[in-house]
Amino acid sequence: MNTKSNFRKTTADLLMLRQGAYRDAIVLPIIAIATALLIGALIMTATGVDIYTIGRSFAALGHGAFGSINAISETFTAAIPLILAGLGIGLGFRAGLFNIGAEGQIIIGGLLAVIFSFTFSDLPTIVLVTFTLIVGSLAGAAYAGIAGVLRAVTGAHEVILTIMLNLISYRILDYALRQPFIQKDGRSDPISKSVPGNGQLPKLLDWIDPNLRLHVGIFIMVGAVILLWWLIKKSKMGFAIRTNGENSHAALYAGMNPKMVIIGSMALAGGLAGLAGAVQISGVLERASPGFSAGIGFDAIAVALLGRSHPIGILFAGILFGGLEAGGRQMQIDAGVSIDLISIIQALVVVFIAAPLIIRTITPWAFSKNKRTS
Amino acid sequence: MDIELKGITKRFGSVIANDQINLQIKAGEVLGLLGENGAGKSTLMNILSGLYAPDEGKLLIDGIEVNFRGPGDSISAGIGMVHQHFMLVPIFSVAENVILGVEPVKTADYLDLSKARTLVNKISSEYGLSVPPDAIIEDLPVGIQQKVEIIKVLFREANVIIFDEPTAVLTPSEVEDFFSIVRALKASGKAIVFITHKLHEIKEIADRVTVLRHGRITGEGNPKRLTKEKLAEMMVGRQVAFTVNKIKSKIGQPVLKLKNIELHTKDNERVLKNINFSIKAGEIVGIAGIQGNGQTELIEVITGLRKNYTGEMFLGELDITRANARQRHVAGMAHIPEDRHKFGMVENFSITENIIINNYYEKRLSDFITINWIKARSAAALLCEEFDVRTPSVDLNGKSLSGGNQQKMVVARELGRKPKIVIAAQPTRGVDVGSIEYIHSRLVQSRDDGNGVLLISSELDEIISLSDRILVMYDGSIVAEFDNTDAKPKRNQIGLAMAGSTEEIYNEH
Ligand SMILES: Nc1ncnc2c1ncn2[C@@H]1O[C@H](COP(=O)(O)OP(=O)(O)OP(=O)(O)O)[C@@H](O)[C@H]1O
Ligand SMILES: [Mg+2]
Repeated sequence: MNTKSNFRKTTADLLMLRQGAYRDAIVLPIIAIATALLIGALIMTATGVDIYTIGRSFAALGHGAFGSINAISETFTAAIPLILAGLGIGLGFRAGLFNIGAEGQIIIGGLLAVIFSFTFSDLPTIVLVTFTLIVGSLAGAAYAGIAGVLRAVTGAHEVILTIMLNLISYRILDYALRQPFIQKDGRSDPISKSVPGNGQLPKLLDWIDPNLRLHVGIFIMVGAVILLWWLIKKSKMGFAIRTNGENSHAALYAGMNPKMVIIGSMALAGGLAGLAGAVQISGVLERASPGFSAGIGFDAIAVALLGRSHPIGILFAGILFGGLEAGGRQMQIDAGVSIDLISIIQALVVVFIAAPLIIRTITPWAFSKNKRTS
Repeated sequence: MDIELKGITKRFGSVIANDQINLQIKAGEVLGLLGENGAGKSTLMNILSGLYAPDEGKLLIDGIEVNFRGPGDSISAGIGMVHQHFMLVPIFSVAENVILGVEPVKTADYLDLSKARTLVNKISSEYGLSVPPDAIIEDLPVGIQQKVEIIKVLFREANVIIFDEPTAVLTPSEVEDFFSIVRALKASGKAIVFITHKLHEIKEIADRVTVLRHGRITGEGNPKRLTKEKLAEMMVGRQVAFTVNKIKSKIGQPVLKLKNIELHTKDNERVLKNINFSIKAGEIVGIAGIQGNGQTELIEVITGLRKNYTGEMFLGELDITRANARQRHVAGMAHIPEDRHKFGMVENFSITENIIINNYYEKRLSDFITINWIKARSAAALLCEEFDVRTPSVDLNGKSLSGGNQQKMVVARELGRKPKIVIAAQPTRGVDVGSIEYIHSRLVQSRDDGNGVLLISSELDEIISLSDRILVMYDGSIVAEFDNTDAKPKRNQIGLAMAGSTEEIYNEH
């Protein structure tokens, strides 16, 4: 066996891929990203941007994403909540659920986290931070659990349920931010009291430069990736979740309780999104304000899709999206290209991943022709 | 239209599914294709229908070499395939399904359904298919659905029609219907390829037979002149016993008892009517009946897949009336489901995952929260070995197994755990003669070991040769019961009861 196929085999094993899935998991995303960048360039040309500026903006994109300590810090800071929420959404996909409620779960998780944090501000740092995160996850889990229970008991579709819960969460946030015990003292605009200093997630790189925002949430995120990988690959519960997602009749036949699988995986997904909200609050934002979730819950859907619902895939997809975000800001500063373009590129990546047929058609040589029948 | 395959080779990883196959398909002729499970029949036909590209070899149509880039090319070359698993949209009407992909349009994009209807009627009457064009697929029995598939193929003007195990899911009278359609197609000059595991069908309908084994052609000839024994030997490379060896067993206490079971559908239709019977240790009880007389519902009630029934059910002494599928399984019930793709397996799971799907929680395979995949793999490998599931590795997807090997995998999982009661629904569907012999012997062994077996099969032969006692189901009730240990032929009486003959032939023993 030559080294190339050895490498392929080990990466494939690591990612627990089945036969032939190597191309799907690795080649496909790379081609999708390249194609998205290319189309991004075409769009820029069409809007009258000259070649030189296009070159500069892509250079700025790369530089802003991975070109300096600050860039890397920003990339990972943005990636942490995306990956946490994305893991939950990916788990939902595995169970056959399309949970688009991560945004609302982030809001509820973040909101309860900030309330807990300033209410119990005299606890010692480690206790306060730990419990803040736990409260955030539980809140997210409970909020998603509503959708899970309704889906399992009444059969109402989870897409509708989670959309509605998202809308409700915006209003809950608006309302909460104007309550006297939550609203920052002396402010008339809706903004919460701040997370106390000892409630903040410790920064990791402030010894290099106090402006580096990367925080210990990265370890939590890596821990969650490993946990989910273990859950899906090794645990009994993960097996039931996957069976339910692949063939719910077979799950019934095998005696796995489909209702419990739905409620359990919804709650777990919500817990991860709630954790993302709590981490974002206590690691970056330090307070809750309207729209603090900033669409992370929706980007996380793209991250889960791009990562093909696989924890390690989601890790890389999240880093990529974090990089696009951080790099996009740099692109705007250096080349004056609109940040919207980054959204377009992100969207194109998702389109190409979600519709692999497009990529297969435009680059047929990268994929073999074996299809399966019975 | 004649087709010639020359030196066709197809590999899947280390498996050579087709090895230098030469084959001719001629207009106005029925070519029977026989071969054990995994011999490469479906693969070869999928190459012909453009689903797979061969690794080596040529395809000639009327002497001209062709190269298919996909199923579209094959269809436009005049080749149609009726797959074993139908490819119909359940919520569409017959006419809509038939025109799917080649929709006739009037102006702009306005779908011309009336034209479609006329065409469906025309094709139907031409070949005696009698299919209502406006019926919705999911309301139709399998036999009619298959006719829709045939109309679909004819609508695309196929001159060569491939049937992959068409009779596996049909009732005996539907098979007769199917054969007369095949004869009509043949008479109109179509070339037919017919895959089956039932040797008498080959003898009845095929003009020429080709036998495959391990991807190679191992025999060819005129089926009328070959005996069943000879055909079987060509297939599996040894002699096959067609009769089940069975000695009288010791009958013990009831292992499964049903009392006053009643089931109503959502529309309040009474589908199971006062079902009472028991299965004793050391007994195989067969349920005969034409499909759709409540057998499927009965199986689902017994195995815990349906909850909303009334009555009582006992496994040994244990009341399992309210138990779910897992509790019944733990209590010693095994279930070979009728529809392996729906309930029995997950196509995208590995063979290991499929084998542990309903026992992964047992102590031998897992601890409190994790599955021990090393033990799972070796358990799976052992069962595959024991039940002759042919695969290079238990890590491959269930989907990559041939149809019969998928069935053997399900049977292995269920019989491998030495259950107290086996609910075996169509246990040998799609399985080759050699493996049928083996599965039958395992069912008999289970009975000899003092367990109970409930056998549900649309094959009357299978029921008669295996069962100690035969119950006949008609319109949701058990209408007759026969003792089958005395070797007296009862085929006619059973047939009458299956057709719902009103006189009660209840001869309790
Ligand atoms: N997509 C695939 N990937 C890997 N192996 C495959 C694939 N399809 C078929 N095979 C293998 O090729 C061999 C031939 O399979 P095929 O389905 O053609 O058998 P068959 O003769 O139709 O058997 P059956 O009577 O059981 O339907 C088998 O060993 C099978 O496991
Ligand atoms: Mg086959």
